Amino acid sequence: MTGAEIFIRSLEAEGVEIVFGYPGGAVIGIYDTMHRLNPTFKHVLVRHEQGGTHAAEGYAKSTGKVGTVLVTSGPGATNCVTGIADAYMDSIPIVVFTGQVPTKLIGNDAFQECDTIGVTRSITKHSFLVRDVNDLAATIKKAYYIARTGRPGPVVVDLPKDVLMATAPFHYPASIAIRGYSFAQKGNKNQLQIASDMIRASKKPLFYVGGGAIIADAAEVLTRVARRINAPVTTTLHGLGAFPENDSLSVGMLGMHGTWYANKAVQNTDLLIAVGARFDDRVTGKIEAWAPHAKIIHIDIDPACISKNVPADCPILGDVKLVLEQLEPLVEPKDTSEWLKQIDVWKAECPMSFKSDGKLRPQEIIRALRDKTGGHATVVTDVGQNQMWGAQFFTYVHPRTHITSGGLGTMGFSLPAAMGVAFGQKPGGLPVISINGDGGVLMNIQELGVAAAHKLPLKVVILNNSYLGMVRQWQELFHEERYSHTDLTPTNPDFVKLAEAFNCVGLRCERPEDIQSTIDAAWEVTDRPVVMDFKVIMEEKVFPMVPSGATTDEMITASAEDIN
Amino acid sequence: MNTQTHFAQPTVVAKQTLTPQQIFRKQVAGESLHPGVSDSVHRHVLTVLVENTLDALNRVANLFSQRGFNLESVSMGEAKDPSLRRMTIVTIGNDRIIAQVIRQLNNLIDTIEVEDVTLHDHVERELCLVQVRCSALERPVLISVVDIFRATVVNITPDSLTFEVTGPPAKINAFIGMMRDYDVLEVARSGRVAMRRELAFEH
Repeated sequence: MTGAEIFIRSLEAEGVEIVFGYPGGAVIGIYDTMHRLNPTFKHVLVRHEQGGTHAAEGYAKSTGKVGTVLVTSGPGATNCVTGIADAYMDSIPIVVFTGQVPTKLIGNDAFQECDTIGVTRSITKHSFLVRDVNDLAATIKKAYYIARTGRPGPVVVDLPKDVLMATAPFHYPASIAIRGYSFAQKGNKNQLQIASDMIRASKKPLFYVGGGAIIADAAEVLTRVARRINAPVTTTLHGLGAFPENDSLSVGMLGMHGTWYANKAVQNTDLLIAVGARFDDRVTGKIEAWAPHAKIIHIDIDPACISKNVPADCPILGDVKLVLEQLEPLVEPKDTSEWLKQIDVWKAECPMSFKSDGKLRPQEIIRALRDKTGGHATVVTDVGQNQMWGAQFFTYVHPRTHITSGGLGTMGFSLPAAMGVAFGQKPGGLPVISINGDGGVLMNIQELGVAAAHKLPLKVVILNNSYLGMVRQWQELFHEERYSHTDLTPTNPDFVKLAEAFNCVGLRCERPEDIQSTIDAAWEVTDRPVVMDFKVIMEEKVFPMVPSGATTDEMITASAEDIN
Repeated sequence: MNTQTHFAQPTVVAKQTLTPQQIFRKQVAGESLHPGVSDSVHRHVLTVLVENTLDALNRVANLFSQRGFNLESVSMGEAKDPSLRRMTIVTIGNDRIIAQVIRQLNNLIDTIEVEDVTLHDHVERELCLVQVRCSALERPVLISVVDIFRATVVNITPDSLTFEVTGPPAKINAFIGMMRDYDVLEVARSGRVAMRRELAFEH
């Protein structure tokens, strides 16, 4: 069997359902073999390798399976770099197969040569250069195993052209042992006992839940434990959906653009139970003044995450789901009514709101989308203001229904990732809504053609304020309104015409009274993507806001802004 | 890779007015715990057992630049098992950073074992070659000096001598210091290798 055939058969044996790829000289053998063998997995020809990696991320985040990308050497590989870095920051399991020049030519500056392993070293969980066709099948097995297990992440497999042409017997190993690799599973019993004692002693407990809870499929057990001890729950951007936001114990998202009451709760809690979260600077703000009264229990699978930014009083290393299942019988129902009453006061003091003054405001659109779907939709946001409004106003109730580029903050993520979500869905799955700004959407707009060709009924929302809105907001608040190079009016296309050019439906909405009819019209379309160009006002800002480097107590709220 | 760096002596905090949480967070923020006093940093020697591949070396070295850790010296050679290599890494940092270094090293797929030998009774050795300009006239004096260090002459020319000296880093530093009085042409240090001591007669 040739290396190319081994590659195809290995992916089949691994149970790969879909490959996002783009052919080229170094991988032409694989594409030729794919044509001949008609493999069990589907191949989607994307229009840019970056789009392919984001599609694989969207697929992986929504299904919990490993996403697969196949690209050629040189530029094919370098175009994937942003997507790989994105997956690394957000712990998304993807395997990226990159073509490589023949082993004899490596290092000779051959055509389309690039040291892919070197370029991606610091943005991958691990990477392999396959030098011998006899190692190919086992390497693929290892790549998927490493990507999927422990704290997930991207793995790159570099495939020189001669290895794909050489022959070897095919054997896909059933299991694999990697001596330098292990990961925690169950939590330490003593630590769990300490944690349950801390919970018992606490008067104002608060769950701080990150993306790890969703990756570990721990949403259900988390919800049970939180309700059992009556502890309020705040989630990070990536934790949205791990706990139903319509539950009375939910205080929504925390951090820079989190709710006023979530940040208030953090600043006053006496016990922070961090679950699969990493104390990122966008969450903590000025770290010295964050959660000053809290003892901290930190449950995480990555030992390097524990006591990295904030020391844990009780670290528990392990799979978040298994640890919470161990913890559940150790905790007793608690009376936290005083604490919850206090939180209700904060909720009433400064609820999440926006003005209704006849102007088209982005928050109202997000609320309308929520009302249209009842929260039963997968929302994929881009980066910037649209991301924050999408997080603040949708009300997430299911895990894996909020997908965004949180760590790297990659503009152009939403559209291809939403496409990946749609490809991963079973028939009759949740609607897929891609929320974009007019800046980010153009960064991978080419994938609209792919979504149209595959008849994916994506609902592509563009909150079009003709500005790089988040940068504009910082310029307004912190740079004395010097709007340096953030006005996109001169370069923005007509998004309706653009949608139509890609064989999609384009709709425009300029008044708040047309929001509902625009959304209704979009939901009528089931055989292709719909692009909704909402011409929102440019002055709208994301509030509340903890200015960068400020303490969480120094939040700016929308009403404070009005007084100024 | 062996640069000499001078660090302030570890400082002992006289009065503990800060909680452990506050101390840790100040360290994260890169602030000193007391005005005008530098944070307490120590030199740690780590031995790392890695897969015998070029990529493993790259990954370990890369980790230090990627995460902004301090790398004072690194040496690598075959271990007992030929499929493995043992690296000896000298790094500097406060307790939080050293803990991070060890955890991040452990997280690499290619590392089998990471040990901070500084925490245990251990042996450290370094090899150093020094070439000194030396006329026939100066030779006896110079050789009498290096004898004290048990250094050996490994090369001799009419106007130069090359010495080999082995020992703990402090001895190497002292030896190079003594050679400064002469015209040193070249210095090559191996970087440290270290190993835990087995204590057979512990009482």
